[in-house]
Amino acid sequence: MKRFDYIRAASASEAIAASAHPNSVYLAGGTNMLDLMKIGVARPDRVIDISRIEGLSEITWQDDGGVRIGALVRNADLAYDGRFARTFPSVAEALLSGASAQVRNAASVGGNLMQHTRCAYFHDPASACNRRVAGSGCDAREGENRLHAVLGWSEHCIATHPSDFCVPLVAFDANVEVEGPHGSRDIKLWEFYSLPGSTPDHVTALQPGELIVAVKIPAASAAFAPNARYLKLRERTSFAFAVVSCAAALQIDGGMIQSARIALGGVAARPWRCQGAEAALIGVEPGREAFEKAASLALADAHPSGDNAFKIELARRIMVRALTLAMEGTPETMPALPASPFPSESGARHVA
Amino acid sequence: MSPESISPILQQGRHGSNAGQPLTRRDGVLKVTGRATYAADNHPRGMLYAVTAVSTIARGRVTSLDVAAAKAHPGVVEVITPANRPPLSHNPAEKMPPFGFRVEVLQDDTVRYVNQPIALVVAETLEAATEGAALLNPRYETAPARTGRDNGDRYAPPAIGVGSPPRTAYGDIEAGMASATRVTTAEYSTPAQYHNAMEPHAVVAEWDGDRVTLDMPNQALALSAGAYAKYFGIPPENVLIRSPFLGGGFGSKAILNGPQILGILAARMLQRPVKLALTRAQMYGPVGHRGATWQTLRIGTEDDGRITALHHHSLSATSSFDDFIEPAANSSLPLYASPALLAEHEGLRLDTGTPGPMRAPGEASGSAALEVAIDEAAQACGMDPLAFRLANYAETEPGTNKPFSSKALRECYDQGASRFGWSTRPLEPRQMRDENGLLVGWGMGTAVFHCPHFPAEARATLRADGTALVETGGADMGQGAWTALAQIAAEALGLDPDQVELHSGISNLPDGGIAGGSGHTASAGLALHNAGEDAIAQLSELATSDEASPLYGAGNVGVVARHGRLHRRDDETRSESYADILARARRREIVGTAKANRSPDVAEGHALLSHGAVFAEVKVDPDLGQMRVSRLVGAFAAGRVINPRLVQSQYFGGMIWGISFALQEEAITDRRTGRIMNADLAEYHVPVNADVPSLEAILVPEQDDIVNVLGVKGVGEIGVTGTVGAIANAVWHATGVRVRRFPIKIEDLL
Repeated sequence: MKRFDYIRAASASEAIAASAHPNSVYLAGGTNMLDLMKIGVARPDRVIDISRIEGLSEITWQDDGGVRIGALVRNADLAYDGRFARTFPSVAEALLSGASAQVRNAASVGGNLMQHTRCAYFHDPASACNRRVAGSGCDAREGENRLHAVLGWSEHCIATHPSDFCVPLVAFDANVEVEGPHGSRDIKLWEFYSLPGSTPDHVTALQPGELIVAVKIPAASAAFAPNARYLKLRERTSFAFAVVSCAAALQIDGGMIQSARIALGGVAARPWRCQGAEAALIGVEPGREAFEKAASLALADAHPSGDNAFKIELARRIMVRALTLAMEGTPETMPALPASPFPSESGARHVA
Repeated sequence: MSPESISPILQQGRHGSNAGQPLTRRDGVLKVTGRATYAADNHPRGMLYAVTAVSTIARGRVTSLDVAAAKAHPGVVEVITPANRPPLSHNPAEKMPPFGFRVEVLQDDTVRYVNQPIALVVAETLEAATEGAALLNPRYETAPARTGRDNGDRYAPPAIGVGSPPRTAYGDIEAGMASATRVTTAEYSTPAQYHNAMEPHAVVAEWDGDRVTLDMPNQALALSAGAYAKYFGIPPENVLIRSPFLGGGFGSKAILNGPQILGILAARMLQRPVKLALTRAQMYGPVGHRGATWQTLRIGTEDDGRITALHHHSLSATSSFDDFIEPAANSSLPLYASPALLAEHEGLRLDTGTPGPMRAPGEASGSAALEVAIDEAAQACGMDPLAFRLANYAETEPGTNKPFSSKALRECYDQGASRFGWSTRPLEPRQMRDENGLLVGWGMGTAVFHCPHFPAEARATLRADGTALVETGGADMGQGAWTALAQIAAEALGLDPDQVELHSGISNLPDGGIAGGSGHTASAGLALHNAGEDAIAQLSELATSDEASPLYGAGNVGVVARHGRLHRRDDETRSESYADILARARRREIVGTAKANRSPDVAEGHALLSHGAVFAEVKVDPDLGQMRVSRLVGAFAAGRVINPRLVQSQYFGGMIWGISFALQEEAITDRRTGRIMNADLAEYHVPVNADVPSLEAILVPEQDDIVNVLGVKGVGEIGVTGTVGAIANAVWHATGVRVRRFPIKIEDLL
């Protein structure tokens, strides 16, 4: 392992000051950064451990009903916070569908936002990857790319963002609160991630030294609580990233959709907010026809980046399903298999 | 099912004793409390760490390594490359039968697969050795990689598996096809799968002059000690392998590999103990894997469903420099009655590491294809898959016409089908849904596995206090050998298992044979049984020739050993304890020894096979294509069951691997470079607990007086067979989509 300096920061300002050293990284839960260091993808000169900074582990409710989640709140602690799970059930569901119980116990909220793509070529230092080494090329483009992006990709990068948590967060207009050498600012999560374009190494909107200190969900998003779901397709029932996923939330009044929030996961370099589809649902009676129309709109610009055309159709279908489940209502209790299309019961019943 | 509900037949012991009890494993507490010592847990004083630098190309040669940079890194002690690698006494390009493959031990600069060792860095810390390896910054001259069927080189292999003939034919296959009213033909493919035992391969090597002690996970102690001795030019008795526990083996730890040899070599070169442990990613290359196959099956059937000809062809991938051909087509030989059978194999040379045995090598891949093909043939005949299999039930071994030593497959079908509820299955696909609208399908497969026997030796020592020490150099990979072997020995010795101390897992004990081929319990068990009987015979001789003994004059055949006492067979009230017999004879101990092998005429005269039937239920989301196995019921007959709890676990393990094979497991290889793009447990999927549904393994009683004196067959691998096909057939039954490429994926069902 490459030698590096290890600094344990006592405060955000101390961490930010320490990060002035070139090639520094912040370390929180370590569930992604340490893996990347072990396989040689991340080779920092300085690791600044922020995990013991006080004041970043609180879930704070604002007077208006919005919530501010400290960057060091553990994924599991957030998902199992009663008020949070009641107010933003699809966010809790997304959290619980991610990784494994062990990882969720260690992973932080800020770290979840900062996790890197699972693109195998990004993870393989022997492969060309514009995201890892600017200008080196993209071996995924003609490689094993069955699970790569179908939206927002470029010839230079076809990676997807792996987070479940961020999918409903994007749908709910979450903001990222950062502190940096020049003070603090809020960044809309939707704008936090860059699409690859010709600079795939430019992954987030963070400026050098900036540290995520909180994620904030506005009060208005709480209105979707009765009809909010996250649905995730994956190739095993736990500890697997999404093939595609969808966060869907509706406000229904008088049999008509008043407002909708939709985002897709696993399809692009960022969690993919589907505002066109949301707009198409306003004032419409909820149901299959409306959902299919919305889903077609959402995927209208999708193109396969490789052997992954199936993901486009799958994304349409999962959006229809997620909207249908949202329409039917948020479950009273968290499903035993969160975000799964499979209920917990077993046993067959003949209909033929 | 609970172990307590095992049929009473299986609980009968020979001497009214211990075999058949569902004892928990002896090593269980040690393992769950973290006190079981695995190879890499050893830290002899002064130990160095070795890390292999591995190739990132599949074919070519290394043109430069920055050895100076690696050596300059603080803590690095030595960098071993082909330029300075000390000599070995065995040429690594020469195979060492039966299981010794050609290995890569820095003999030259050639690169033959990705993750091949190209240098070894030894350092004071693991971190320094790891960084030293990274700093070598290899340069290559790269040749185009052969990575698949379209660019690999086909050839006719001289042998398949471990020395089997590549082609086996019975009857006239084309005449059989010509006489059929229909012929079902299809091609099936199975991917490369890599060993992912919980414990990666490791070795801690410590030399003392020309003697070496190796802490390493090992499935074949005596064989390996002999092989290492050849590599290092020392007598076999100078190699001590300690392998008390293995974190899984699955075939990969019976075979020597380059990295471990290099670790031992470094220890000798530097005259300090050296530890080498592979990373997860480094296991994807030098330690064997399940090679990919492309299999074509042709099945000729008559109107009544009887098979007239069964032709199974497998194109099996191997490396460019050695041969391990998955004997997949041979799966079609022992199972279904057919007047004409043809199993044939072709090899495909790819730039990969050499494949090797991986739990049910050949049988797993071959059964997957065969059982789907049988389902397709049944469908073509409009028959229920179970009825079709019963119509083709083999009363003697197909082709050879040998009698089976025992075969309770019909009972497996009956009990499995009954438990599963198979009789209500609609014939047509896409007929069942559950209460949530998910498609439901039911499928089945037949399980079969051969019963090999390896030569083994054992020693049984009756001690003055009436307890016993039994010894054999066997291997417990997690299957429970520590427990089952003690039960067998206890039975032979007429003692309770807790009075029997078992020593195993170290190479200076009598050769316990190989823990592989599902043959370890039968092989090492028979040696222990015979050694126990030898000790009891000696003890009986002492007692029956001693006028002071109540057993005087009974003769060897006249006593029975039970609960630590010898009894007169004709008058069981006359008995004497082992301790008393030994005390009066002033003996501290009696040592029984035995060698055990199978008499050749047993195998020549009989087909020796375990059988089973697996029934699977899957649920499939009709829109989203996501699948889940919701129920698996297996019924297996494998002779006498020594420990039903452990046997059930073996069946479960095999069936879970079947889920993995059918729906998840696959090495994803970059077609251009040959690099494996998912060489970690996050992306190389094997089932998690939530993927494993309600599992049932029924232990069908089967008495076998032929296979060996113990009546024991083998249970380690059979659970994989049958299960893969059963799941794939259930997916078809749920959806109407016949997927012939494993693993089955979401997009196959959209």
